[in-house]
Amino acid sequence: MVEVKNLTKRFEDHVVLDDISLDVKKGENAVVFGRSGTGKSVLLKCIVKLLIPESGEIIVDGNSIFDIKMKDLNELRKSIGFLFQGSALYDSMSVRENLEFPLIRNKKSMSAEERQEKVIKALQDVSLEDAINKMPDELSGGMKKRIGLARTIISEPKLILYDEPTTGLDPITVKEISQLINDLQKKLNVTSIVVTHDLLCAQIISERAVVLNEGKIIYDGGLDELTTSNDEFLKDFFTNENVQAKNRSVNGK
Amino acid sequence: MKQEDIKEKENPQIFGKSISEFFETIAGLTFFALGFFKEVFLPPYEFAEIKKHIEDLGIKTLPIVTVTGFIIGLVLAMQSEPVLVRFGAGSFLPSMVSLSVVRELGPVLTALIFAGRVSSGIGAELSSMRVTEQIDAMEVSAVNPFRFLVVTRILACVIILPILTLYVNFLAVIGGFLAIFLSQGMHFKMYITTVFKSLEFTDFLPGLGKTLIFGFIVGIVGSYKGYNATNGTVGVGRASTSAVVMASLLILITDMVLVRITVMIWNS
Repeated sequence: MVEVKNLTKRFEDHVVLDDISLDVKKGENAVVFGRSGTGKSVLLKCIVKLLIPESGEIIVDGNSIFDIKMKDLNELRKSIGFLFQGSALYDSMSVRENLEFPLIRNKKSMSAEERQEKVIKALQDVSLEDAINKMPDELSGGMKKRIGLARTIISEPKLILYDEPTTGLDPITVKEISQLINDLQKKLNVTSIVVTHDLLCAQIISERAVVLNEGKIIYDGGLDELTTSNDEFLKDFFTNENVQAKNRSVNGK
Repeated sequence: MKQEDIKEKENPQIFGKSISEFFETIAGLTFFALGFFKEVFLPPYEFAEIKKHIEDLGIKTLPIVTVTGFIIGLVLAMQSEPVLVRFGAGSFLPSMVSLSVVRELGPVLTALIFAGRVSSGIGAELSSMRVTEQIDAMEVSAVNPFRFLVVTRILACVIILPILTLYVNFLAVIGGFLAIFLSQGMHFKMYITTVFKSLEFTDFLPGLGKTLIFGFIVGIVGSYKGYNATNGTVGVGRASTSAVVMASLLILITDMVLVRITVMIWNS
């Protein structure tokens, strides 16, 4: 579904992604780990051509995204969902309008009744049907993530990219959101790439882990093997993550 | 090394950087404007969005232009009266007020106030959408954010500014009447007859024509600054402030050029 080949992306002199390759099969869920600033979000943005790399190729659903025309890219984008780190809800629109926005523009043949049904269904999926007429600034962080998730799934994408879906949330909400993502993935049978540094979230969502460090993929394999790895960096990284998760859990209580 | 020496050494670099930034901005703005002309004629036409912006911008600006319009006419008449009376031309006061307002003061002052209110608003709105990834979210959902956010706002500015200018012109003429009525006791009917006798269609045309260009400047500068904002919340503030400064400057420079052109056309 997603093939990343020899991708290099730099910002001025700083190389963020250094000749990385990754292959995510149809129906697979991959979690991308890494410390802050290692290029995890940059990788996701390259996959949807929000950023253009210096070299390399990305093939999504058989289309080389840097070679196709804008019109074809937009067609492809209609089959991709992207959950942004800060949810990126349109703050001048209500929850209903936020969810209707991609439908009105991309599914022009859909009637108003059908749209209404889809909006309610998506909100039911994230257990927030009561928030339909609220504005984004009336929602909590966790609610925004849920609404963002509802907007992501409403167009029934084949591929979903999650950029730090649980950052800034308390441990209970992290668990809820992760469980929700997992349930939706099973229900909708989509391929997904989840960028996170939250071990709890990763354990709920996926079995495959990819670790990025200093622009390179240093691990690509099972999540269980990763957490028990003897590699110094990985041991250090996951010890810190576990400590932080425990701290968050204690503070959350 | 002394502080003064360091400053002296850095100054040429700072100056050079500012010059290059200025030309970068001008080039960026030109490409942005070309992007507008490329997109404006292509469907889908976001009429609902344009209407929403027209209402929003109109409501936002109406109170301040109401006050300004009235005061321009009032102050202009109060300031000019002693001078005109001194030269025995007191009866020309209504003509002078209306001609000054319609040809120059109305369009330019309305545009400057509009720039202060709207250009900063557009800059802040779009830059906040940029830094919170809302523009990226739009792009990822296969919607052209430039057409949806930028083209609609610029068109709204181009449509609403001439309407606001006509309204300001009207209020300024009324303000002028109040000043003349209080000092000379002139009746409204006589005042308005003198005003309409002195005004011709060719007096309205350059003024209103200018406002179309001023509206475009306000929209394009605000959108350009907001759409290309960087550096998080700092960038939002910077986009908003620099949009007002740049739009105001461009309005004044464009006005100078347009006045020259209109004088050449009308005099010939």
